[in-house]
Amino acid sequence: MIRLSINGKSHQVDVEPNTPLLWVIREQVGLTGTKYGCGVAQCGACTVHMDGAAVRSCSIPVSAAVGKKITTIEGLASGKTLHRVQKAWLDHEVPQCGYCQSGMIMAAVALLSAKPKPTDADIDANITNICRCGTFQQVRQAIHAAARPQGSKS
Amino acid sequence: MISAPKINRRTFLVSSAAVGGGLALGLRLPFGPEVVRAADGSPEVNAWVVIRPDDTVVIRIARSEMGQGTITGLAQLVAEELECNWAKVTTEYPTPGQNLARKRVWGSYSTGGSRGIRESHEYVRQGGAAAREMLIQAAANQWKVPASECSASNSVITHKSSGRKTTYGKVAEAAAKLQPPKDVKLKDPKTWKIAGKSVKRLDTMDKLNGKQVYGFDLKLPGMLNAAIKECPVFGGKVKSFDAAQVAGFNGVKKVLQVGDSGVAVVADTWWHAKTALDALSIAWDEGENAKVSSASIAEILKAGLDAPQAFVGNQNGDAKGALAGAVKKVEAVYSYPYQNHAPMEPMNATARYTADRCEVWVPTQDGEASFAALLAASGLPADKCDVHKINLGGGFGRRGAFQDYVTQAVLIAKQMPGTPIKLLWSREEDMVQGRYHPIMQCKLVGGLDANNNLTGLHVRLSGQSILAHVRPQIVEQQKGRDPLSFQGLADAGEHAFGYSVPNLLIDHAMRNTHVPPGFWRGVNINQNAVFMECFMDELAHAAGQDPLEFRRKLMAKHPRNLGVLNAVAERIGWSKPAPRGLHRGLAQMKAFNSFVAAAAEISVEGGNRIKVHRIVAATDSGYAVNPAQIERQIAGSFVYGLSALFYQECTVKNGRIEQDNFHTYNSMRIREMPKVESIIMPTGGDIWGGIGEPTICVAAPAVLNAFFRATGKRVRSVPLKNQDIHFA
Repeated sequence: MIRLSINGKSHQVDVEPNTPLLWVIREQVGLTGTKYGCGVAQCGACTVHMDGAAVRSCSIPVSAAVGKKITTIEGLASGKTLHRVQKAWLDHEVPQCGYCQSGMIMAAVALLSAKPKPTDADIDANITNICRCGTFQQVRQAIHAAARPQGSKS
Repeated sequence: MISAPKINRRTFLVSSAAVGGGLALGLRLPFGPEVVRAADGSPEVNAWVVIRPDDTVVIRIARSEMGQGTITGLAQLVAEELECNWAKVTTEYPTPGQNLARKRVWGSYSTGGSRGIRESHEYVRQGGAAAREMLIQAAANQWKVPASECSASNSVITHKSSGRKTTYGKVAEAAAKLQPPKDVKLKDPKTWKIAGKSVKRLDTMDKLNGKQVYGFDLKLPGMLNAAIKECPVFGGKVKSFDAAQVAGFNGVKKVLQVGDSGVAVVADTWWHAKTALDALSIAWDEGENAKVSSASIAEILKAGLDAPQAFVGNQNGDAKGALAGAVKKVEAVYSYPYQNHAPMEPMNATARYTADRCEVWVPTQDGEASFAALLAASGLPADKCDVHKINLGGGFGRRGAFQDYVTQAVLIAKQMPGTPIKLLWSREEDMVQGRYHPIMQCKLVGGLDANNNLTGLHVRLSGQSILAHVRPQIVEQQKGRDPLSFQGLADAGEHAFGYSVPNLLIDHAMRNTHVPPGFWRGVNINQNAVFMECFMDELAHAAGQDPLEFRRKLMAKHPRNLGVLNAVAERIGWSKPAPRGLHRGLAQMKAFNSFVAAAAEISVEGGNRIKVHRIVAATDSGYAVNPAQIERQIAGSFVYGLSALFYQECTVKNGRIEQDNFHTYNSMRIREMPKVESIIMPTGGDIWGGIGEPTICVAAPAVLNAFFRATGKRVRSVPLKNQDIHFA
């Protein structure tokens, strides 16, 4: 048995230690907001936080997540209150098909905790997720909006 | 979880509910004489509109949502005529089985060719208007006043002279019993209040919190998971495999053959299924196609460039004569590769089969095509089957005409009756089992007279036909010709050529290969725009003229093409020199009945590193149902189109596709994204244009034309990575 901490809850899973964290989150824990897109850490659809840092869960064995605090898209909001990045995503209507957006949002949240006022260059360097619908223009606007103090318009 | 509605099934058996909601259309319940009811008992005013007692309006949408915003746009059109409260609108998909049982009351389910709105706007608006009339009539009947004295707005019906009011929720039950009006008059779009406005999408929230259930998130009781490999050489078959090799792997339930050409592993989890499948040795009978390579295909296409026989797509005057007599001749050969759709959600389908019932849950661009595939694979009659549509994690044309994953899922489920089977392709399988953007070469020859006027033009396409593979009956009717090959170059219709050339010949030497082609967002406009719009710049250059002015002279009879071209030229400031270090390019086309143009502004470092700073894009689609979503489609289509231009090619070696994931088949990231400025300029008229695809095709030629102006180098082959040209 492997013990995991996901979204503040402890989970016991019976799984081979080399199983990718992505598939444990989806198939053992049952949280399906985290997506599979490539399996080789290229696309970022599987992005979750491990101790606050964005990681690509398709390429991390579950054994490497033991003892770490994992956050998935389901753990971002507090109750019914959206995280400010989710709120900015809603206001800017970022998603199209939405499939990559869990990973995109998790990457943006990690960027904003490392750099509260990211420049366009910071966004370019840190947001490397693939979106085939092509939501990048709205992603950039929403990240800048989330970085502004609450209530500020400009 | 799936819950079957617990209701008396009197007329015919319909499905259990699709994910998260229920429909039981067509059921005539004992407690309502003629009223058709939704699963929750709410009355159906007509096929498009269900109204709940709390005034919630449920609008039925037949087309599929894959990110393009069609459920919001179609709901806006129904709601506009219905005069309902937009804040209380929700949508649901009727199933294909229900559509069949109700004589296709919802029309086509096909969601491709940018047709979701443009081909159904009229009947969905009529549906909304008819429901409004019935609701008003029901209120008038209660009040015993003529309906003509009543009006409806925001889901409230008012009797003008007495001031009496009621709401849709209160009269829906009575309205549902009325005969529908024979004729309804649609509103003048100039008076629209919901349609034509940038209202918020109906489907955003669940995409922000992980709640939206995509096909590959589906959970059914007792479900098992399947991973599959098809023969990597198209047309090949399974020779042998030894199931015992992986029988003892964790979680493995069954190893089985799927049709002639596939092998699947079924396990408790998908990860277990994939792990076992990867370890399984499969011997393939690859056949003759294993000898085919990209080089051998290129040779066949090259021969077509000068072949005597070709199908004519557009012709006037005597192009060959004009070219023979030209003072100056310009000639160029272009090429465009195979490309994969690569939607973020890999192909999947879930099937449950028993001897007397088969159901499929699938993200599909065409629920009826999925239904047809289900019926063929299951062998059961239509009234024992149904398809539950699920919103798509991207489609781009891969999930419409092609339902191979549905066939596979049913064939697997048939071998394990009673057990729901969720089949998910790996990304690698998705990459090598595509339905690829057709490969094409093109030779263009233009002739100029002594005054540098274009007097003759011959465009010879040589390459693959999608329809010959997918809809051979159309090609047969056309005596071997594929009319779709001429998208953007055709003599008339929704893909008409946008220039008048006195002597013109556009023809196609059809050269098909064993690689299955498909409808890839934009379809044949992608390569045709690169060929034609880059060559227009080549002709202008040879004539010593400005590319915009050269085009304008040929566009007098194409005012809407000219309108969008002028719009982007003006916005980018074409008449003035570009800022230092920046270079500009233009392109225009008519596609899917929309007129589109782009002007790109780029810089080039070191001769081969391009930064696309800005693209101005104009679209005249006749009508604009939701401008904010149109802007997103335009910006998004450029990500798709520029990814294709810079990065994407599927090459063939030993009969199979070589690229198997995003490291070899790359897609643009945010750092490569230009600023996109959209000009939405609908000019009305009788014909509505599409949105999802048209603009994709103008991005690449606009950038290539700008690259020529920056470097003097003409690039005639896509993708740019093959020419050692990259994003800066």
